[in-house]
Amino acid sequence: MSWDELLRPYEFEFFRNGLLVATIAGALCGIVGCYVVLRNMSYIGHGLSHSIFGGYAVAGLIGVNLFLGAGIWGVVTALAVGAIVRRRPIGSDAAIGVVTTASFALGLALVQLYGSPGRNADALLFGNVLGVTTSDVWLIVAVALVTVVIVFVYYRQLLFTTFDTEVAAATGVRTAWIDALLMIVLSATVLATMNVLGVTLIAAALVVPAVVARMLTDSFGTMLALSGLIGAISGFVGMNASYHLDVASGPTIVLTSACFFVVAYAFGGRFRRRSGTVGHAH
Amino acid sequence: MTDLDATAGGLIVVDDLTVNYGGGAPVLIDVDLTIESGDLVGIVGPSGSGKSTLLKAMLGTVAPVSGTVRRTPGLAVGLVPQVETIDWNFPVTVAECVGMARARGLRTPWMSRSERAEIDTVLDRLGMHGLGRRHIRELSGGQQQRVFLARALFTNSQVIFLDEPTSGLDVRTRHDVLHLLDELNADGLTIVLTTHDLNGIAAHLPTVVCLNRSVIGAGRPDEVLVPEVLERTYGSPMNVLEHGGMRVVVDAPIDTNVRPLRRSQASGGGGSSA
Repeated sequence: MSWDELLRPYEFEFFRNGLLVATIAGALCGIVGCYVVLRNMSYIGHGLSHSIFGGYAVAGLIGVNLFLGAGIWGVVTALAVGAIVRRRPIGSDAAIGVVTTASFALGLALVQLYGSPGRNADALLFGNVLGVTTSDVWLIVAVALVTVVIVFVYYRQLLFTTFDTEVAAATGVRTAWIDALLMIVLSATVLATMNVLGVTLIAAALVVPAVVARMLTDSFGTMLALSGLIGAISGFVGMNASYHLDVASGPTIVLTSACFFVVAYAFGGRFRRRSGTVGHAH
Repeated sequence: MTDLDATAGGLIVVDDLTVNYGGGAPVLIDVDLTIESGDLVGIVGPSGSGKSTLLKAMLGTVAPVSGTVRRTPGLAVGLVPQVETIDWNFPVTVAECVGMARARGLRTPWMSRSERAEIDTVLDRLGMHGLGRRHIRELSGGQQQRVFLARALFTNSQVIFLDEPTSGLDVRTRHDVLHLLDELNADGLTIVLTTHDLNGIAAHLPTVVCLNRSVIGAGRPDEVLVPEVLERTYGSPMNVLEHGGMRVVVDAPIDTNVRPLRRSQASGGGGSSA
């Protein structure tokens, strides 16, 4: 394949927009995904993206801005899951399963009864990166910037609360606030990336880069940086592959990150030994 | 010194404290306890006696049903959790683990030069020189316990609570941890710990509190580790022997609650059969 053929898609604005959004979405999901994976809440990306679909349907029905309605719905759902997990009557996976699937079912029922309120529901379910608008680009840029600022400012509190909530609370960290903040960031991430990756693939974008990064390092700071980088590369490479292979972008992005997983699985131990951070089983 | 009537002032004063979880049966009932500056206190009692709950109540992470826990305003406290509760696969190095404790307020994600120097100083003090870049899983049992002690010290805590600090440690390591705590206490740190180990830990501490939902006894080991108090605490007769100037708590030879194993009966209490 010549350079001309490789660079041809860059002539199209829709591709440049899609590439930018996919790359930022990958990095964003990679960063947020570290907290999701380390809190054993891998299922929440999947659950929240489905839940937001319920909010989208309700917002359309009552005539509220779709993004605003879906966003508020997502935040409320995430906070509900967080509150249930904190009270611990049931595990996080069960809490996510109950709250988010009920919300998704409500969305499906409403769409069947009253029709899709705006955008094509299929695009929300499966993603439509080539149909992203300028407002989608600005939305994801804004969410990414806010997320980076929050992670920067609250880095130690997020880490302490994720690693050891009880001790963090005992030493004065407002863990309930930190948990709520993370849930808000997570739902904003899902909302902003839903058009790009689709409801069905967001979970993979959140989980796979973080898992790959975890396999490559034993340091949290390095894991966070690696995960964001792997997510961004997956988005960039996946988008280009999508154009040249004529396959939907969501699957190619996720398959790219899955390739990272295979390589990390095969060579991760060697990498960590070389970097001097690998440990022995206790 | 620990005072049962809790009328004197102290760093932490627990007054008539009752705690339950979710409206269930009380885990603590009418507990009175005063922790004063410089104390080294061990809380002992059977499983489910409320030891960890009492620590949490003093830390302020468990709300009382009735009674109060008064802490000196601005008191800096640290908690060393049970090692069994730690996720040893969590990706943190020793230095990251210690550094995360200084989390309140606006701070950069990375450690400043002075913070790194402080972490090195704390690790050196605890005999962990040069281990900052190691993953926490790579450490020995005693070192793992020390990492969390270092984390508590890094926050400049005036009082440190340790929940079962010697659980799962061998005798030598247990001694090392005990001596380390004694040294820290001699330097002015107030320490409150829970333990199941009456002979290895509690008997060596200046102050012991026997707890079984309520405080059964509190004072020096020779005052508290006596058969009457121990039986009320553990619900089972126990004897106290003198050995090498130390008190040694043993099960009472005749105890209707503790039946001998069938194998012991068959072999006359000897070792395993061939």
